Amino acid sequence: MEIAIFAIFALLALGSSLVVVMHRNPVYSTMSLVVTLFSVAVLFVILGSPFIGALQVLIYTGAILVLFLFVIMLLNVTKEENTASTQKGQLGVAVLGAVIFGGLVLALFWSSHVPLDQMAPLSEELVSMKGLARVLFTEYLLPFEIVGLLLLVAVIGATVAARRPVLPDATSGLMPSDLVRTSPEEEPLP
Amino acid sequence: MSVPVSWYLMLSAALFAIGAAGALTRRNGISIFLLIELMLNAGNLALIAYARQWGTHTGQIIVFFVMAVAAAEAAIGLALFIAVYRHRRTIDVNRINLMRW
Repeated sequence: MEIAIFAIFALLALGSSLVVVMHRNPVYSTMSLVVTLFSVAVLFVILGSPFIGALQVLIYTGAILVLFLFVIMLLNVTKEENTASTQKGQLGVAVLGAVIFGGLVLALFWSSHVPLDQMAPLSEELVSMKGLARVLFTEYLLPFEIVGLLLLVAVIGATVAARRPVLPDATSGLMPSDLVRTSPEEEPLP
Repeated sequence: MSVPVSWYLMLSAALFAIGAAGALTRRNGISIFLLIELMLNAGNLALIAYARQWGTHTGQIIVFFVMAVAAAEAAIGLALFIAVYRHRRTIDVNRINLMRW
C-alpha cells in the first residue's frame, strides 16, 4: 500500500517537474510546480511528517506560487525564447541533468557510512504535532525568533524594492524633481 | 512493507538534478526562480527522509526553517524582478548584465 502511494506520487512529482523545466510558458510551469509540490507534500505525510506536509501545501502552493503567478501576470512575460529549443540544446540539458543526478547519487550512497534501510520505528512522538512543537519551542527557540525577524525584514525589503521609484508627493502634488530646484518663483519667465 | 529511505533519497536527487539543469539553462528570471524553489523542495524531501530514518525531529525542524527562508527569498526576489522590469522592460537574464564584470 505504501509502495503504491509512493510510486504514484513519485512518478507524478517527476513528470510534473519535467513539465516545469520544459514548458515555455511560465504560467504552465507554475501550475505544474503546484502538482510537484503537492505530490512531495503527500510523500512528507507518508514519511510521518503530516504537519510539514500541511505547511507545504499552505505555504508553497497557497502563498509562494500564488505570488509567482501574480508577478508573472503583472509583468506579462508569458512568452520566452527558450535556450533549449533546438534538438542539440535539449540533449545538452538532458546530459547536464544526468551528470548532476549521477554526482548526487554517488555522493549519497558512496559516502554514507550508515545502513540506510534500517529505519527507526515510527513513534507517536515523531508524528504528532505536540512532539514537534516541544522541540521547536524549547531547543530551537532562538532560531525560531530569528526567523520571525527575518520575515519582517523580508516584508519591509520587498516593499521597498518593488516601490515605484519616482513617487509624486501625495500631499502637495509635487514631484521629487521639483524639490531639487530652489523654488518655482526663481524660474526665468519666458 | 514500507518504502526504503534510499528510494526517497533517489527521488530527491532526481528532482534536484531536474531543477538544477533547468535553472542553469532557462533564460527567463521567473522560471529560474521556480526551479530554485523546486531544488529547495528536493532538499526538504531528503531532510524529511532522514528524519524518518533516525526517528528524530531535527529534520522536520530544519525543513520548517527552510520553508520560512524560502518564503522570504521568494518575496524579495520577485520584488527585485519587478524593480528590474521597471527599468529594463525585460527579465531575460542574458540581457540583465549590468553587474557583470
